[in-house]
Amino acid sequence: MIKNNTIAAIATAPGSSGISIIRISGDEAFLVADRVFRHVGGKKLSESPGFRAYFGKIYDKNEPIDEVIALVMRGPKSYTGEDSVEISCHGGILVTRRILECVLHAGASMAEPGEFTKRAFLNGRIDLSQAEAVIDLIDAKNEFAVKSSLSQLDGRLSDRIRAMRAQILDAMSYIEAALDDPEHISLEGYEEEFTPKIVGFIEEIQDLIKNYDDSKVLKSGIKTVILGKPNAGKSSLLNLFAGRDLAIVTDIAGTTRDVISEQINISGIGFEIIDTAGIRQTGDVVEKIGVSRSISAMEGANLLLYVVDSSTELDENDRHILSIMGDRKVIIVYNKTDLSSKVDETELRALSPHATIIKMSAGDGTGFDKLKECMVSMFNSGSIAQNDQVIITNLRHKEALNSALTSLRRVLESIEGGFGEDLWNIDLQDAYESLGLIIGEAVGDDVVNNIFAKFCMGK
Amino acid sequence: MVLEEFCDVAVIGAGHAGCEAALASARLGCKTIIFTVSVDSIAMMPCNPNIGGSSKGHLVREIDALGGEMGKNIDKTFIQSKMLNSSKGPAVHSLRAQADKQNYSRTMRQTLENTENLTIKQAEVSDIVMENGVVTAVKTVSGATYHCKAAIICTGTYLRARCLFGNVINPTGPNGLMSATHLTASLKENGIELRRFKTGTPARIDGRTVDYSKMVEQFGDERVVPFSFTTDPETVQKEQVSCWLTYTNEETHKIIRDNLDRSPLFSGVIEGTGPRYCPSIEDKVVKFPDKDRHQLFLEPEGLYTNEMYIGGMSSSLPEDVQHAMIHTVPGLEHASVVRNAYAIEYDCVDALKLKHTLEFKDYGGLFAAGQFNGSSGYEEAAAQGIIAGINASLKLHGKDQLVLDRSQAYIGVLIDDLVTKESLEPYRMMTSRAEYRLVLRQDNADLRLTEIGHDIGLISDERYSAFLVKKAAIASEVDRLKNTFVGGSAPVQALLASYDSAPLNNRISLADLINRQELDYDKIAPIDPDRPTLPLDVVEEAVILVKYEGYISRQEKQIEQFKKLENKKLRQDFDYTQIKGLRKEAAQKLNLVRPASVGQASRISGVSPADISVLLVFFKMT
Repeated sequence: MIKNNTIAAIATAPGSSGISIIRISGDEAFLVADRVFRHVGGKKLSESPGFRAYFGKIYDKNEPIDEVIALVMRGPKSYTGEDSVEISCHGGILVTRRILECVLHAGASMAEPGEFTKRAFLNGRIDLSQAEAVIDLIDAKNEFAVKSSLSQLDGRLSDRIRAMRAQILDAMSYIEAALDDPEHISLEGYEEEFTPKIVGFIEEIQDLIKNYDDSKVLKSGIKTVILGKPNAGKSSLLNLFAGRDLAIVTDIAGTTRDVISEQINISGIGFEIIDTAGIRQTGDVVEKIGVSRSISAMEGANLLLYVVDSSTELDENDRHILSIMGDRKVIIVYNKTDLSSKVDETELRALSPHATIIKMSAGDGTGFDKLKECMVSMFNSGSIAQNDQVIITNLRHKEALNSALTSLRRVLESIEGGFGEDLWNIDLQDAYESLGLIIGEAVGDDVVNNIFAKFCMGK
Repeated sequence: MVLEEFCDVAVIGAGHAGCEAALASARLGCKTIIFTVSVDSIAMMPCNPNIGGSSKGHLVREIDALGGEMGKNIDKTFIQSKMLNSSKGPAVHSLRAQADKQNYSRTMRQTLENTENLTIKQAEVSDIVMENGVVTAVKTVSGATYHCKAAIICTGTYLRARCLFGNVINPTGPNGLMSATHLTASLKENGIELRRFKTGTPARIDGRTVDYSKMVEQFGDERVVPFSFTTDPETVQKEQVSCWLTYTNEETHKIIRDNLDRSPLFSGVIEGTGPRYCPSIEDKVVKFPDKDRHQLFLEPEGLYTNEMYIGGMSSSLPEDVQHAMIHTVPGLEHASVVRNAYAIEYDCVDALKLKHTLEFKDYGGLFAAGQFNGSSGYEEAAAQGIIAGINASLKLHGKDQLVLDRSQAYIGVLIDDLVTKESLEPYRMMTSRAEYRLVLRQDNADLRLTEIGHDIGLISDERYSAFLVKKAAIASEVDRLKNTFVGGSAPVQALLASYDSAPLNNRISLADLINRQELDYDKIAPIDPDRPTLPLDVVEEAVILVKYEGYISRQEKQIEQFKKLENKKLRQDFDYTQIKGLRKEAAQKLNLVRPASVGQASRISGVSPADISVLLVFFKMT
């Protein structure tokens, strides 16, 4: 599906500054912006002569979300060469994201990777010499988006979408087969079977959208890996983050045999907390796997939480691990402050000069708030960055679910309006395509192939 | 001394593609010769005895709107007619008529014989002569040379054909006719690779030996709708013959299963790839083991014969098995087989080598149409035939080529699919292949294409003026329905009440009344006193436009988007591996297909939206 309509995206890196910009570009940019923006003086952006800034509020239906400045640029004298609006808002990730959602809901499509730049080029706003760079950008971002989109998707969710798509495909194929071969396949009475199916799909999608809103769906957030020797208290720390018992916590070293992760949200910022088996020279086969996973988990981490058991002295293992962390962003969790201390803080500082040290007790939770504050401030200061693709993927998926929902509702309208079965399929096909976008599957000749696979056709 | 003659266009083959190609070319003023291995078999129907059907009926209407012959010919020779899917939306209504096969063939032959500029030759073409990649002549087996400026290959299933059932292999074309054995070598010498496809046909039985009392009679429609927009509907209201419905059963299936090892399909003797949409009965039994019966339709082959076609029972099983399985079917216990079922294998080309004009990309003046291009079906063949014939003659006249796109016609979908998508089996038209089918209806084929047919020169001025009158009448009736308002007067409320329709509180347009599910155009006649008297087809069209306006306008928006990419043309001599940033798979596919537009490129499997973005940027750059 190739679109050439009005697009929108967040134009600034999330969390990196106090102000975020949402850019809208395309033929209907002003119309879309007017649906969400209310100027203090009641002016319509679509009536603006352009190159002016307007102060007002963004509304989600009737609820004000943020005070913003909307900058109106008329094509061809804009970055993309098209009519554009840039909404500057107050920076926080949740607010920025919500404004973008409203804009998408108002009729814009999520911009493809590199799409603003591509349009700028196609509309002659960028120099020819930059064209190759544009191609590289599309290429690199596309590769990354595809990979990240699939890897971010929770397996259960993609299973649900796949299952629903398979059912939609079967329903469509049945109808198409009957239209193509009405003397072999009859649609009489099919409505009674079909309507509840559509209602079921609608409920399923509503449920999925709710899941997106609760952020349960994407493995999103700042990838934070908990490291430390066996029995340093890593699993207890994870359980604190999760608010429930996830990892098996015992006093026996090496009881966490696998990588366990949890999505959490601190002050609107998503973290993916990953617990690992401790890194230790070991002869235990099972634990060796855990150790190698820990090292690989560390590779892609945005933030490391190194848990030190302050009740036992630092040993070679600690020194080894702290040394392999290198320049990474590290918080040293000086754990078990409820017991008598046997670790010298100055030695830790010497081993890891850039690290922040937080004293706490993961057992009873003392000092945990300090740890969370530290994590948030590192994010806000820009020293750790969330992967912005996650936010984009999330919104893209939600947009796709919403359009699938709209299409399925239209199918019901067609049924209620007494329109023929061939018209049900027009919208059913759209729903099928939208769901395919989430799991990265194109439509191609699915229906035709499925007809041949499932139905006995012809002479 | 060898014979030498001159013509403008040589058409090789006189099946459904060849006939339309030759007629179009000759009617457009090109001196045309049509070659056939048997003059008595012009426009022969070697398989099913019908024209049209779901989506194929659309093709026939479109051929007619462009000035082709198929619709007129079936209107003259049908013996039963039905509008399929008439209870469903107008986009999938589809006309299908049973033909009197011999009459169909004879009538088409007469038309060919009486067309100016057109000559029929009974001869097998063995060579296509090319100089510098341009066609200059065709030669026959006897050595005669026919100099030409364009040649259209319409060899159907005849090229190196062989017919098979059981262990019997006959080196013939369909119906025992001579196959064409020489042309393949000439094409290969010229560098044109061929591949092998397979199709099949069921047995024919003696109608006198059928017990119809065990079957369900299938009647034609009471009111017949003609295929051609030029046929007066009154002339096609005539007595019709019936078809008959019966079923296979477990006993039939057991005989088939027990003898599968004797089928050339399963033993590996058949090399060609068969179509999934008209599987042989043995395929059906193997692939759908849960189905305890399959439908069979007995269709008359014509009024001149007792022969009946057993629709649904195509096979390549041995003769004795065929007879045994036929005799298990209710009503066919004592059926006498006139012709055995058989599978047929033939050489054909990979249509990716063709442009949308149906000219070879690499050979000037060489066109191809029909089953040779990997399609199946009479209608698909005829549709390509008329396009190839038109384009050969336009080329000779130095005019722009005709390409119909996917939003204009099923013909456009058919050809675009053939020249864009790799296909491993004979291609059949289906309504689900047309993404804009709400606008590509059979009822509006004339509105979509008459203008084009007239511009080309295949539609007479007289027919065109009549068309313009119809078009204007439709527009004015739509306008009238939308802009005539009725209020809640007593007669209006009474009429609404009689149909359980909600009473009016405000004024409402006639269009809105028609759109109420419980009402229609005829029902509101009493409260529409100013209604003009209009032909049925005008009313039908106006009502569709009013009733489906929402759907249609949505598709029109999609079509606008589609056209944007379609209008971005690509050079056909470009090496895509040069483009940095294009994935290797995409570059290879693009090199294989050499698309004419970015739109076509986007439909090639293995080319992603990101690849398309790269193309857009790259070509803007160069």
